[in-house]
Amino acid sequence: MVTSAERLRRLLALVPYVAARRVVGLAETAATFGMTERELIDDLNLAWCVELRAPEPYCPIDLSYEDGEISISQAESIARPLRLAADEASALLVALRMLAEAASFGQHSNSDHGDGDAVARLIAKIEDAAGAAGAASSQVSVQIDRPDARGLAAALSGALSARRRVHLRYYVPSRDEATERDVDPMRLLVVEGRTYLEGWCRRAEGVRHFRLDRVLSVDVLDVPAEVPETAEPADVDGGLFTASPSDVLVEIELSPAARYVAEDCPCEFVTDLPDGRRRMGLRTPDTAWLRRLVLRHGEDARVVSPAGLADEVRETAAAALAQYE
Amino acid sequence: MEVALSKRRTERLLSIVVLLLSSRRYLTAEQIRAAVSGYPEEQESFKRMFERDKEELRDLGIPLETGRANQFDDDLGYRISRQDYELPEIHLEPDEAAVLGIASRVWQSAELAGAATGAALKLRAASGEADGEGRVTPPPGIQPRLTTQEPAFGPLWEAVRDRRPVTFDHLAIGRSEVKKRTLEPWGVVNRRGRWYVAGYDRARDAPRVFRLNRITGPVKFAGPPGSVKVPDGTDVRELVKDWDRPLTRDHTATLRVRADAGFALHRWGRVTEDAANPGWDLVAIDYSDPEWYAGYLAEFGPDVVVLGPPELREAVIRRLKGALT
Repeated sequence: MVTSAERLRRLLALVPYVAARRVVGLAETAATFGMTERELIDDLNLAWCVELRAPEPYCPIDLSYEDGEISISQAESIARPLRLAADEASALLVALRMLAEAASFGQHSNSDHGDGDAVARLIAKIEDAAGAAGAASSQVSVQIDRPDARGLAAALSGALSARRRVHLRYYVPSRDEATERDVDPMRLLVVEGRTYLEGWCRRAEGVRHFRLDRVLSVDVLDVPAEVPETAEPADVDGGLFTASPSDVLVEIELSPAARYVAEDCPCEFVTDLPDGRRRMGLRTPDTAWLRRLVLRHGEDARVVSPAGLADEVRETAAAALAQYE
Repeated sequence: MEVALSKRRTERLLSIVVLLLSSRRYLTAEQIRAAVSGYPEEQESFKRMFERDKEELRDLGIPLETGRANQFDDDLGYRISRQDYELPEIHLEPDEAAVLGIASRVWQSAELAGAATGAALKLRAASGEADGEGRVTPPPGIQPRLTTQEPAFGPLWEAVRDRRPVTFDHLAIGRSEVKKRTLEPWGVVNRRGRWYVAGYDRARDAPRVFRLNRITGPVKFAGPPGSVKVPDGTDVRELVKDWDRPLTRDHTATLRVRADAGFALHRWGRVTEDAANPGWDLVAIDYSDPEWYAGYLAEFGPDVVVLGPPELREAVIRRLKGALT
C-alpha cells in the first residue's frame, strides 16, 4: 500500500499532468504513473473531493472522467508540478550522464547527432529546472569501461537500428576458446560497468549476452535480424547471471587471503567460518570457470563439493605440475 | 480502516498545499484548521497531528515558509511561495521524452529508482502534451543499469548530498581486522560496476578511497549537514582512478603454450613455433603484477608451462601445488 506521503507526491504530479493536456486517456495515464485504472480513479476522486471550508467553502479542483478519458477544468494552485527534490534531480542527472557516456560509445566519431544529442539537451534542461537541487549530482559519478577502441559498439548499434543479423567471433574465457556465431541483436546493455550485446543466438537458440570486451570481431550481415516472438529480454535487475535451481550447487572454501572472492561471485550463500575463512555456495550451469577460479587461487581456494569438480581441479593441477618436473 | 485513515490524511495534506499556495498571507495553524477538514476538536491531538503534517510536507520537498501571520501580534503563520514551489517552465521534445524514459529506468535500487521516476513524472507533467510520449519508440541505443546492492550506498549518498561526515568500519583487502574510519565524503563513484566513496580521512589527514562492499556494519553520520567542505577543483573520478591505477606491463613472461589451446595467450602475446616441441608454441607476453599473473596462468593448467622469469614460474608452481591438496 502506498503511504499518504507517496500518494500526495503522486497526486501533485498527476493533477498537473492531466491539467497540461486538457484531455488524456485513463489507461495511458495509469500506465505512465505505474498504477491500475482503479487506483487512478481513486486518486482522481480524492483530488475532486478536496474542499476548503474557510473563508468560504469551495472545491478548488474540478475534473471529470468518462469514456476512458480524463480532463481537469480547474486545478487552481497545483496546476504546476512541484520542483524536483535533491534526490530526484540527482538520481535523474546521474542516470542521464551515464547514458550520455554510454551513448557516446555507440556513435561514429563523425556523427554529431543521435541519442547523445537528445541526452545532452535534456541534461541542460533539467540542470536548469532543478537549480540547486541538482548540485549533489556532480559528486556522484559513474564511469563505464569504454568497451573497445575498435568501433564494435558503433557497429552493433548500427546493426540494431538497421535490424540486421551479425556474425560474432566471441571469446569464452571459461573454455579459453573463440566461438563463431550468428546473433540477432536485441539491445545493448551496460550492467555493472560492462557493455553487453543482448541478442538471439542462433547457435544456442536462446537469448544470450555477449560482453563487448570479449567480442573478437563483428560482421554486420546482409540478412535481416529475426528475433523470435518468444525471445524475452532478460530481467537484468538482479544482475545478468541468474542461476537456475537445477544447476549444480558448488561449494568453495576460501582462506582469509581469498575471502574477497565471494564478493565478486554470484553467490547463493556466503558463510563466515572461524579464523577469517569463508565458504561460498553458488549455482552455475557450467563449472569450467570455477575450475579456473580455484586453480588461480591455489591453496587459498578449495572445492568442497561436488566431489567431481574437486577431482577435476586436482587432476588438472597434477597434470600441469608434471610438466615442470 | 487503515486505508480510509491514510486516504483522509492524503486529502488533508493536499488541502493544506492548495490552501497555502493560494494564500499570499501567512496563515496560522488555527486558520488552517478552520479551512481544512479532518483535524480533531481536541487541542493537543490537533497540535500533534499538525506537527506531523508539516514534517511530512517538508520531507516531500514542499517549501513551507513560516512568518508572522499578523503585524499586530506574534502568531506564527505558514505559506508556500508559488515561485519556490513550482517547477520552472520546461518543454521536452519527443526525442528528449524518449531519453527521459530510458534514464528513469537506469537505477535498479528501489529508492533511487523511485526518485528518478518521480522526477521524470514531474518533468512530463510540466512539459504538457507536446512531448509526444508514447508516440516515439525509444531509440535502440545503449541501456545502462545501475545497481546498488551495498547497504552502505544509501547513507553515503545522503552524506554526500547533505555534506555530512560519516564513520564506518572498513575491512581492507587482505586484512582480517576492521578499522573504524571517519570520512568527510567528497563523492561517490561507480567504476567498472563497483561503488567507491572518496573523501578526506580525518585520522590519516589525507584523501582516501574506500570500496563500498568492504564497509562492514552501519554508516553513521558524524556531524551536521553542511559541515563537509569539498575542496575546490576536487575531481572524485580522478581520485578513484588514481587509486585503481592503470597497470603498467613492465615484465615479460616466456611461456610454452599448447598450439591448440591458450587462445587468449596466442592472441595477445608474441608467438613463435617451439621447434624442439612439436604441438607447442613459444609465447612472450607482457604483464604487470607477478602474483596476479601467476594466478591467471595457473588457470590454463597443463596447457601452459612458464619458462621464465623464475619468480613467475615459482608462483605458478606454488598455486598448482596448493590446488593438489
